[in-house]
Amino acid sequence: MAGLHAITLLDGEVPTFGVDAFNSAPLFPSEIWEESHGAEYTWTDIWFTNHICLAIIGAIVVIAFWLIVTHKPQVVPGKRQWMGEYLYNIVRNSIAREVIGENYQKYVPWLLALFSFIVVNNFFGEFFLIMFPTFSKVGFVWALAILSWILYNAVGIKRFGLLHYLKKMTVPPGVPKALLILIIPLEVLSNFITRPITLALRLFANLFAGHLVVMVFVTGGAWLLVYSQNIVYHVAGGVSILVSFGVLALELLVAFLQAYIFTVLTAQYVSSALAEEH
Amino acid sequence: MIPLESPLGPLLPEHISELVVGTVLFVIILVVMWKVVSPRMEKMYTERANDIRGGIERADKAQAEAQEALAAYQAKLATAQDEAQKIREAAKASGAQVAEEIKAQAEQDAQRIVATAHTQVEAEKAHVVDELRRDIGGMATTLASKIVGETLDDDARVKKTVDDFIASLEKETV
Repeated sequence: MAGLHAITLLDGEVPTFGVDAFNSAPLFPSEIWEESHGAEYTWTDIWFTNHICLAIIGAIVVIAFWLIVTHKPQVVPGKRQWMGEYLYNIVRNSIAREVIGENYQKYVPWLLALFSFIVVNNFFGEFFLIMFPTFSKVGFVWALAILSWILYNAVGIKRFGLLHYLKKMTVPPGVPKALLILIIPLEVLSNFITRPITLALRLFANLFAGHLVVMVFVTGGAWLLVYSQNIVYHVAGGVSILVSFGVLALELLVAFLQAYIFTVLTAQYVSSALAEEH
Repeated sequence: MIPLESPLGPLLPEHISELVVGTVLFVIILVVMWKVVSPRMEKMYTERANDIRGGIERADKAQAEAQEALAAYQAKLATAQDEAQKIREAAKASGAQVAEEIKAQAEQDAQRIVATAHTQVEAEKAHVVDELRRDIGGMATTLASKIVGETLDDDARVKKTVDDFIASLEKETV
């Protein structure tokens, strides 16, 4: 946690950066957790953590936002509803309708839930007081990727039946029979295995790395600025802190972009599962 | 916990709780979107589309009605003009007829008056001639008697002479 590093800075020690900065902390640490410094824990230590709490706050924000902006919608919208419609239309028209096409309305709730849950949690990484993107914890990302995997396979199976769907997804039309022995494993790999993995990795890695970079620039820059004995390092520290603002701004863009990409790709997978031929 | 120690590195969830909580939260959000938010929005979009379509239809209808009213008005106007024309012509015709009738009546009256006058005059003339004949015959006889000194009254020859005289007088006057 960035907060812990701030304390080490006051001691004048060289701060350490690493993935342990992303470790969860229990909200109500048990004695076992306290004594073993996190090596051992009870169930409360892993089910009531700061990051679980963040995800729950994110979900509450998302639900509250949508319930408020769509409360008693009018044909002629007010400001509140207009804002809601604007965001709703990004998902409904720019993603669902553009990518899925026919009968896209069915998938709008899923894509809307996905997009808003991800984007809110991503913005937590740039939001003061919180300053931690929930999806830099890979467990949450796996959850969403697995759910999307289930979704697109389920709609494909529902439409074509299991065997027809598997054949459609693994045997591209017009491929010579001799090549099928090569093609089928490749198609299985790309359509059923790498899709959820890349979906999860892309989101996780962007958030994780982005947050890490911000931390490095801020804490490293602060340390250089305050505790180094060399004027060049002081300057470098100042520059590093200035750069961190730019990186943070970039992270805002990334936060939105990654939520958008995750949602578009899920829609794309649904669309390919529903397509007659691909 | 140091995630890097596992073979998956940071790709292994630190706690299984993240996976479970992430799934549960997503499902909760999904249900809210699916059952509340999306139906609200779609219903509103449908209403909006209907309103716009309805508005266009209403405008079209109003325009059609206006066109109809205009056509009806123009037709009525044309009929009215036709009627006025007919009435004018009829009036002209009947006026001429009335004048004709009056003229004919007047001519008839005039002829009748003239005829009556003629008859009257003829009658009076005959009457006067008759009287004159009588008076002049008497007077002439009386005069002749006085001149001759004798009565001629009962003499048929005298009477004939007088009549001849008067007849000659009539011839001269005619």
